[in-house]
Amino acid sequence: MPDPVLEVRDLRVDFPGRHGTVTALDGVSLTLRPGEVLGVVGESGAGKSMTGLAIQGLLEPPGHIAGGEIHVNGRRIDNLPLRQMEKIRGREIGAIFQDPLTSLNPLFTVGAQLVETIRIHLDMTKAEARARAIDLLRQVGIPAPEDRVDHYPHQFSGGMRQRVVIALALSAEPRLIIADEPTTALDVSIQAQIIALLRRLCDDTGTAVMLVTHDMGVIAEAADRVAVMYAGRMVEIGEVRGVLRAPRHPYTQGLMGSIPALGHRVERLSQIDGAMPRLDAIPPGCAFNPRCPAVGPRCHIARPELAPAGASATACWIDQGGVA
Amino acid sequence: MTELFALRVRNLTRVFDVSAPWLNRVVERKPKQFLRAVDDVSFDVPLGGCLSLVGESGCGKSTVARLVSGLYRPTEGSVEFGPGVDGTALSAQMIFQDPYASLNPRWRVRDIIAEPLRELKVLSDDTAIRARVDEILTTVGLSPRDGAKFPHEFSGGQRQRISIARALVTEPRFLVCDEPTSALDVSVQAQILNLMRRLQDQMGLTYLFISHDLSVVRHMSDRIAVMYLGRVVEEADTEVLFATPRHPYTRMLLQTIPNIEAPKRAREADVGEVPSPLNPPKGCAFHPRCPLADARCKAERPPVLVLADRSRVACHRVAEAAGMSGHTELQTAP
Repeated sequence: MPDPVLEVRDLRVDFPGRHGTVTALDGVSLTLRPGEVLGVVGESGAGKSMTGLAIQGLLEPPGHIAGGEIHVNGRRIDNLPLRQMEKIRGREIGAIFQDPLTSLNPLFTVGAQLVETIRIHLDMTKAEARARAIDLLRQVGIPAPEDRVDHYPHQFSGGMRQRVVIALALSAEPRLIIADEPTTALDVSIQAQIIALLRRLCDDTGTAVMLVTHDMGVIAEAADRVAVMYAGRMVEIGEVRGVLRAPRHPYTQGLMGSIPALGHRVERLSQIDGAMPRLDAIPPGCAFNPRCPAVGPRCHIARPELAPAGASATACWIDQGGVA
Repeated sequence: MTELFALRVRNLTRVFDVSAPWLNRVVERKPKQFLRAVDDVSFDVPLGGCLSLVGESGCGKSTVARLVSGLYRPTEGSVEFGPGVDGTALSAQMIFQDPYASLNPRWRVRDIIAEPLRELKVLSDDTAIRARVDEILTTVGLSPRDGAKFPHEFSGGQRQRISIARALVTEPRFLVCDEPTSALDVSVQAQILNLMRRLQDQMGLTYLFISHDLSVVRHMSDRIAVMYLGRVVEEADTEVLFATPRHPYTRMLLQTIPNIEAPKRAREADVGEVPSPLNPPKGCAFHPRCPLADARCKAERPPVLVLADRSRVACHRVAEAAGMSGHTELQTAP
């Protein structure tokens, strides 16, 4: 098996504040191999975007990495100084954000933005960089790239803009791309095109993608493996088919049951009662225990760690010797 | 159609003036510009049922919702509410998409919910209003004690419950729901959808449901109307639409939505994008993206046809196929 592009071990992110420290991420571990798409799902506030930001060194102060390690291409990056991190962002880790309009500068042509990014990271002349920019636009499926390279972001539609953002992320040939809700701002028919494009680029170039989304449909279509997050912790990780078809963790089961199915109709959706706890009020033991239908005494006392269970890994006492 | 209708919309059209300011037009010699957000839309919502409008952004579905609830005046066409069980005209209320923007942050929840009662002069006695508010809070799964709180103390799902309570407090029989769950997480969405279904059964409500999410629409509605660039291109019973989508646009939508049960991993769905509604294509608005389009589609706007199973489709190809096979009776729409 090839060496992992990304390895996160036991990551912990803290936000110190006036009323004590809030732990936003706790014990998050994952690996990503070349050409692989790892989906990260969860509800708002579960910590999925935070994981992506922590890996890129983009946490808003006072938030900081309080524990664990992040390795990209075999090199530890979580303790690097700011200047060195700037060289890694873009060169080794590409980023795609949710809103394609705010990730592009409205005052510059897309060509100028691509050329700038390419020349910061790669040793190229202006002409070479421009040729590469046109080539990148072609790769992401923008028609007539020779003309479009001189257009401004407002002259592109939402879907085309997101393609430009993907071209920007690819411009320095990073081996890892972190895509945070890349299709959420787009219509369904455009969303399908962007997913297909990401998938194709992964297969062609061997780039690994960490795909952060709340949409299980996108995960099913695009990801190889999926990590489910809840209240800043990872509760289940495994192959997409296994996790979506036969989820093991009660939270994943509830999540899957609450999605209305496309193929058939049910009278009532199975719902998870209540809401995710605030990060400053996570209950002791398993964070899911107030909402869990299979809760036992052990869940209130001790916190389960992620451990192999069947084909996946779960953080649940049911898979680890029972809840009693 | 002889069955009881709660809402009858006929030839509804809404045109917006999106011209540049007068001085700019004079200086730059630009003509006035108009946007036909809703163009000749007709449908019935059966009493006690749920009709959904689906489509991508900019197709005019939210404009229809606002026309129905009286927030916009139609440019042409009519909106007619049917008689309720007791013979009086139905009253409508609306639930909005964003539970953060639709509740006044400086009002207590109790006052937010009581506002329609006071404004419409349904109740005037403060004790009666209070009792009614407490009752409706319980109905939507909150506690009467929550009435004293402010909106910021609630999560997104709870805020949407407050929106539903405010809409239902005057006991309307008709609810216009504009993307009521699209700002919510899936597990919360399930709670709100279940609540809406329960309330529909308990109170005999009729819904006009607006959404872009086909799986939510399938779960909620009896009948679905698919909109594209201001027009209804297909309208059919939910099960018929999902089993036999007829309009090429409906087929494209069903093909492109990510499906958890049967993910289509290998596709390269290059189906183009929605053209600008400012300058819609001539003839059938869908023809630039349609795999079946020919010269006629580019020139002639297809009329709405009513098929034997009460489905309505606006497509030349469907009309030709139906005409040739002879299995379906053709008649033009009312």
